[in-house]
Amino acid sequence: MLFAFVLYTVVAGAEASPTKPNTALHAIAQELIDAGYREKQALTERLTTIDDPKTLEFMQVMVEGDLYYRKDDRVVVIKGDNAVTTFFSGEEITLESKRDIKKISVNNKLRVLLRGGIARLQIFSDDPEMRMQAAVNLLKSAEDLDQATLDEALSNEEKPDVRDVLSLVKGIRLLEADTEKERLEGVSYLSGSLYPDVRGALANYRRAAEADSRTEEIQAADEALKKIESLLSLNSVAENLYFGLALGAVLLLAAIGLAITFGVMGVINMAHGEMIMLGAYTTYVVQQLMPDHIGMSLAVAVPAAFLVSGFVGVLIERGVIRHLYGRPLETLLATFGISLVLQQAVRSVFSPLNREVATPDWMAGTFMINPALELTFNRLYIIIFSLLVLALLALILKRTLFGLQMRAVTMNRPMASSMGIRTGWVDALTFGLGSGIAGIAGVALSQLTNVGPNMGQAYIIDSFMVVVFGGVGNLWGTLVGAMSLGVVNKLLEPWAGAVVAKILVLIFIILFIQKRPRGLFALKGRAADMG
Amino acid sequence: MKQEIKGGPLTRLIMNDVAGRRMMMIILAIAIIVPFCNLVFPEGSALHVSTYTMTLLGKYLCYALLAVSVDLIWGYCGILSLGHGAFFALGGYAMGMYLMRQIGDRGVYANPDLPDFMVFLNWTELPWYWFGFDQFWFAMVMVLAVPGILAFVFGALAFRSRVTGVYLSIITQALTYALMLAFFRNDMGFGGNNGLTDFKDILGFDLQADSTRAALFFASGIALILGYLISRFIVTSKLGRVLVAIRDSESRARFLGYRVEWYKLFVFVVSAMLAGVAGALYVPQVGIINPGEFAPINSIEMIIWVAVGGRGTLFGAVIGAILVNYAKTYFTGAFAELWLFMLGGLFVLTTLYLPKGVVGLWAQIKDKFFSSGGGGQSGNPATDNAEGKV
Repeated sequence: MLFAFVLYTVVAGAEASPTKPNTALHAIAQELIDAGYREKQALTERLTTIDDPKTLEFMQVMVEGDLYYRKDDRVVVIKGDNAVTTFFSGEEITLESKRDIKKISVNNKLRVLLRGGIARLQIFSDDPEMRMQAAVNLLKSAEDLDQATLDEALSNEEKPDVRDVLSLVKGIRLLEADTEKERLEGVSYLSGSLYPDVRGALANYRRAAEADSRTEEIQAADEALKKIESLLSLNSVAENLYFGLALGAVLLLAAIGLAITFGVMGVINMAHGEMIMLGAYTTYVVQQLMPDHIGMSLAVAVPAAFLVSGFVGVLIERGVIRHLYGRPLETLLATFGISLVLQQAVRSVFSPLNREVATPDWMAGTFMINPALELTFNRLYIIIFSLLVLALLALILKRTLFGLQMRAVTMNRPMASSMGIRTGWVDALTFGLGSGIAGIAGVALSQLTNVGPNMGQAYIIDSFMVVVFGGVGNLWGTLVGAMSLGVVNKLLEPWAGAVVAKILVLIFIILFIQKRPRGLFALKGRAADMG
Repeated sequence: MKQEIKGGPLTRLIMNDVAGRRMMMIILAIAIIVPFCNLVFPEGSALHVSTYTMTLLGKYLCYALLAVSVDLIWGYCGILSLGHGAFFALGGYAMGMYLMRQIGDRGVYANPDLPDFMVFLNWTELPWYWFGFDQFWFAMVMVLAVPGILAFVFGALAFRSRVTGVYLSIITQALTYALMLAFFRNDMGFGGNNGLTDFKDILGFDLQADSTRAALFFASGIALILGYLISRFIVTSKLGRVLVAIRDSESRARFLGYRVEWYKLFVFVVSAMLAGVAGALYVPQVGIINPGEFAPINSIEMIIWVAVGGRGTLFGAVIGAILVNYAKTYFTGAFAELWLFMLGGLFVLTTLYLPKGVVGLWAQIKDKFFSSGGGGQSGNPATDNAEGKV
């Protein structure tokens, strides 16, 4: 009946004042300033019937106790944490003294009324998202809405997902019902829902049932809770799997470049981590250069980082590594020296402290699968990005002239040379390519971890593990190696803890190498003898 | 084994090794003179050596022993271990555990059995692996046994599966990394992040006393000489010849009928034990052992000592360790910013231009300026590397 009344006034209000929407609300606001609590109750009930886009906000501000008015001119204002703004015009005002404004106070009775009003307004809103929000809020406080309105909303609702949540609200209300049959019906509504509030309500209900030793209901509640638990554990497995894939993607990004320098060329590049670091610092510099376009900065940083790290890579190859081919252990020492120099260079130029790299807005946010499972976008982007980089690299290796020459030099250097390939330049460019990709990895990693002079160190060991585990000289091996290590690591984490999980993975790799000294996907035949 | 080659070894060890002999004499002299100067001459005297300097030199001696152990496997057997710091640290932890138990009830919590950090973690009794460490002899056995057993297990697995070269380097690095992560955990019962420290005395002697310091310094010198002689004994024996053969061509040695993996395993275990002893002498002198000693970068630094000194010459390793560490002490004090540039540059330049280290520098100069033609054929079997395009 109340609903009918609301609906009526909503329609009537809409017809009555299309041009001056604020007047009714404004009038009530003015009356509220002088009213006592009892009058405020009547006014609040009138408030819920006003069709005005601002009514909802008005009630929300009021129920929070942030609604004030200025004593001088009776302008209604909102007192926020930092500033005071006028309610109707939204202008910020400065106060000379705190006493200039006075609170429009509310008591508990009014709050209940207001919350009910808010819930009603939201639940019949035209915006499905707002209805959803209202329904989810109702899970916390199902008593805000009376039974009749709830049923009305339930039967009017067109969106199935909103209806599902509303039926959960109904279920929670039914748990408090007088008859056992109704209460059990409520439990049946709630079984298998993933909302934490539902779980809380069921747990409370079970306690109440236990107190009165209502065995049948205890059993029903237990079953419903068990179903929820099993769904939740399934969810957490899915979540860990996702985290694992994201970690795998990070490992993959860090290791792809190494798969080229180490895997294809056989150069143990201990400065690989510093190539990643250079990429991350390039991101930082790009963002410093274009502070107003953070959203675009990553798109600029990716090629920039590729060029910077790739250029440094070519320099290293021409300056040092080419003198050391065939002496892998000495390459290791020389490149380690280079890594120290690069670290110190960055420390001298940018200071030893971590640099702040901003995350563009489009990277933030989450992606909700169900109430208990939210996946963050940045991880999703990293996964996609790493696969893109891998695909691009595979394309370069298999489909371009440079890739062909690169493979030819790897397979048989003298033969390639006698066919007119400038092996020296191919070496330099290959090393540059590997380093450049490490730089791209640095752009991605700057979004996930701290950017500092030592960041490369954190990835070098992991990268080598991935490449060795996957099988040297094999991009698929790198992909499978990275993803499986990432997933295994994250799946172990819940019961072993992060550090122990990592130790277990390292031990696993050590043992695995004993069994298959050439990794998951070993090269066969003559190529296997190199390295 | 000693019985079989009686008579020969001493000549072989001492008489044929001129450079090594000279160096050992110098070390022995230092091991005697420095403590003497520290104890006998009063502070302010021109001949006085401060305790700080002595401790610093003692540290260098431990590093030198460690470098000898690294050179033994890398220079003579071609095993590039990037995890040798793990054996050093384990030896150090064994010693640290003994020193920890020696504190007794003088700790902050005055618990006679439990070290402070265990009381802090609300542990009620000593974990099983701490038993026996109140006995000095037991701790000394463990200083050898723990690195030795780890090296044996790890080496047996790796060498029998023929994990060689780069792959071996990388899994040794994984080993020390895993150990570092493990020792950082409080649950391990080794003091977690802070490690073991606040030692009071060793064998009843106050660790802060100059005389104890002097004795430790002397012990380090003697240990270095003994370690050198043991390594020298190994590399000049028949077994040592096989090791060099394995280094130069592993499969050829195998095809000639040598059980390559056993030779490698033997020398790996010996090397790990030497590293353990170095760690055990290091800890009472610096007064702390923490998981940072397991850091992979430390292990790589050890490699560079050997490379700078001269890979494949044991006394070169000693020189390299002392030289690089002296430079490190000097430069981190004088130009902290420059040290990593220096160290990094040293790595690059040594590998490019000094394949035989400073020890080989003289031969290199001689080759370049005093011999006509030929060039590059130094013919030293112990450092048989392809000459870089210098």
